[in-house]
Amino acid sequence: MCVAYPGVVQSIYPDLERILPLVRKPIQYVGGELNAAGKPWDSVSVRWALMYPDAYEVGLPNQGLQILYEVLNERPDVLAERTYSVWPDMEALMRENGIPQFTVDSHIPVAAFDVLGVSFATELGYTNLLTALDLAGIPLHAYERTDEHPLIVAGGHAAFNPEPIAEFIDAAVIGDGEQAVLQLSDIIRDAKAGGRATREELLDVIAASGVAYVPSKYEVTYLPDGRIQRVAPTEGSTPWRVSKHTVSDLDQWPYPKRPLVPLAETVHERASVEIFRGCTRGCRFCQAGMITRPVRERSKATVSQMVQTSLDATGFEEAGLLSLSSADHSEIAEITKGLADHYEGTNTGLSLPSTRVDAFNIDLANELSRNGRRSGLTFAPEGGSERIRKVINKMVSEDDLIRTVAAAYGAGWRQVKLYFMCGLPTETDDDVLQIARMAKEVIRTGREVSGRRDIRCTVSIGGFVPKPHTPFQWAPQLGWEATDARLALLRNEIRSDRDLGKAIGFRYHDGRPGIVEGLLARGDRRVGAVIEQVWRDGGRFDGWSEYFSFDRWMTAADAVGIDVDWYTTRERQLSEVLPWDHLDSGLDKEWLWQDWQDALDEVEVDDCRWSPCFDCGVCDQMGTQIQIGPSDGVGLPIVAVTS
Amino acid sequence: MARRTPDREYIPPVQTLQVRYAKRGRMRFASHRDFQRAWERALRRAGVPMAYSAGFSPHPKISYAGAAPTGAASEAEFLEISVLEVLDPDALRADLDDALPPGLDVVGIVEAQGSLVDSLVASRWRIEWPVPVQDAVAAFEAVATVEVERVTKAGRRMIDVRALCSDLELPSGSTLEVTVRHAEPTPRPAEVVAGIRSVAPDLPDVPVLATRLAQGSPVAGGVAPPF
Repeated sequence: MCVAYPGVVQSIYPDLERILPLVRKPIQYVGGELNAAGKPWDSVSVRWALMYPDAYEVGLPNQGLQILYEVLNERPDVLAERTYSVWPDMEALMRENGIPQFTVDSHIPVAAFDVLGVSFATELGYTNLLTALDLAGIPLHAYERTDEHPLIVAGGHAAFNPEPIAEFIDAAVIGDGEQAVLQLSDIIRDAKAGGRATREELLDVIAASGVAYVPSKYEVTYLPDGRIQRVAPTEGSTPWRVSKHTVSDLDQWPYPKRPLVPLAETVHERASVEIFRGCTRGCRFCQAGMITRPVRERSKATVSQMVQTSLDATGFEEAGLLSLSSADHSEIAEITKGLADHYEGTNTGLSLPSTRVDAFNIDLANELSRNGRRSGLTFAPEGGSERIRKVINKMVSEDDLIRTVAAAYGAGWRQVKLYFMCGLPTETDDDVLQIARMAKEVIRTGREVSGRRDIRCTVSIGGFVPKPHTPFQWAPQLGWEATDARLALLRNEIRSDRDLGKAIGFRYHDGRPGIVEGLLARGDRRVGAVIEQVWRDGGRFDGWSEYFSFDRWMTAADAVGIDVDWYTTRERQLSEVLPWDHLDSGLDKEWLWQDWQDALDEVEVDDCRWSPCFDCGVCDQMGTQIQIGPSDGVGLPIVAVTS
Repeated sequence: MARRTPDREYIPPVQTLQVRYAKRGRMRFASHRDFQRAWERALRRAGVPMAYSAGFSPHPKISYAGAAPTGAASEAEFLEISVLEVLDPDALRADLDDALPPGLDVVGIVEAQGSLVDSLVASRWRIEWPVPVQDAVAAFEAVATVEVERVTKAGRRMIDVRALCSDLELPSGSTLEVTVRHAEPTPRPAEVVAGIRSVAPDLPDVPVLATRLAQGSPVAGGVAPPF
């Protein structure tokens, strides 16, 4: 098996070139990016097509995909190419002209690869997976596939509950992908070398290895009331639970070393360097923070080196220091000062997204903007009232926030953006209305300390979606009507004071897309029928408001007999078997439940980086440990800069 | 307290260089904005000491002369850069070629003597159809005037594409080579094709491949480059 592609493997570019003049932004389909790999097809034994199931402009900058692309291509016996979702204008022309889903590197049909690896950052990419499979000529359902077809492997954060797409994928990798893709490559190479392994036999080996979760090797049974009775492996060799992968010592995995530089305009035009992975702040709504534990920092020497290599290899004007909460790196002050000194006067920008609300953060921001403009700063208090922030464990007091913002306006920043969520567990109208009070106080204080009237504050708010592997996995999601009503109340409250209100911007996402995200996030295998029906009804690019149709999702759910409320607004009990219980994120279910009870009691929990372990279970279960500084060695400057 | 003045002082350039480059293969689909970004990054990667404009958001000083439209390939694109140190054009050419993505290729670099725009008065284009075009081209050559409408933000204007086209040749039955004089506005290859179709309605409306072969001064049967 793997893959007895029935056609001749060749580039479809000559056919593509004929239709490219007819599509919008043709550059996104031609590849040829700086630093793209180009390995001869016949030089390797295992071939991966890596997909980000969204448009090129969103998918290309994705760090996960770029890391795997480089890790795989560094292996002499493996090659990886990339493919992205095509826009509907391109899809129509491809169908008309018989052009299959292709990779942008060598324009090889995706169906000719051994593996199609798809990275899901969000559940709203599921319909785009079906478009790609269909365009590739690969059957939508795993059971329809034969030895001729690639393995379809899902990854990314959404893969921590892949049950809604269980019938469309062959396997899912849970957790960090760097080592997992190499292990999978080994298994596939050995199966191909043997020559006789069938698709079924290969999936057996993968399932038994625990490297990836193979949904078809598990049977789900249900109780009369619709809840899951149990999820059990169908064969003795298959483990009951599949564990997430955790890469330790990120200094040994300094990828991407040569970031891709697209010709086309994309959402992030910068060299991104991940300064640490994981977060133990313990925000209860945050799936990313829960499933990526423990915290593993890169040393300051590695970070400096990666920034320099990336900028040199790309020519980007800006480097971003990424993580879930970048100001929390134990050596962040030294890192930012070192970089700011090194790049002073070079027209190179440095940015620190994902920051927290305190004065230290302003010092960092000031450092990074030393020779640039101070335009806007972003903070995420997430909840409007002190009470709700205790529920979600976002430990920031109103005084802290006002002090921080005052420091920002005092240092010359003109605009502050505040992020919030609506529909958090136990939330009342009053919790949300306090956002307006906070925003007004921000403007009042800002005008006072800056002595200016042209400062602004923007409130950005969206509906909260409960996610698997978090303490809120049992919580009822707020219905979209209630979410929209609360957002309308907030809007009126902000506008109630004309003088302060005009300095406050209000941006919100209405509640309906969140309900679909909620259905897909906490769905089980039965939800797959809704995804397929929506796709057949024309559902594409559900993450884009101009393509998303709430009615299409609700009509499809009705048609296949799925009760959306049961999956979204229903509260679960401890005894209920959750669709993702057999996928082990390391978090102890009892601990998660206790944290959920603490949330309801408004009890906060500390960060285990600077307080004793609170037994979330991850390090014990996964054999991992927190890795933080101080690190040896020095950061920049490595060489003197002259210019 | 707010910063109101640019921190970078303006430093005047000491040298202006003219670059001729090609846009080949897949790069034909790069838009003007796309290859502008590619050039800015390549200049940074190559460590070229660019002069920047003054102001709050300084930009490297690059000026593009009449870039080929998205979808058209070219052997003869031109731009000018201003730099803060005197550079050797040949060394710069090698550095830039390394830093550019494949398909954007430097053909030549010279130190500016005169105005680049003034030296680019016509282009030689090759247009390839998937169907025969002898009759259509003959019909086009037989008339003196063919007007094509261009709709812009400013309104509609008519362009006499026939009057600006000369030296038509057919290297094959489905390929036309033609010299197009630059004017205000200069006809694009798609407008030349539209002009031909307006006198030969039987020619199907199919995508064509257009390539700018040369840019410079018109000479018999072609166009001579400025360098």
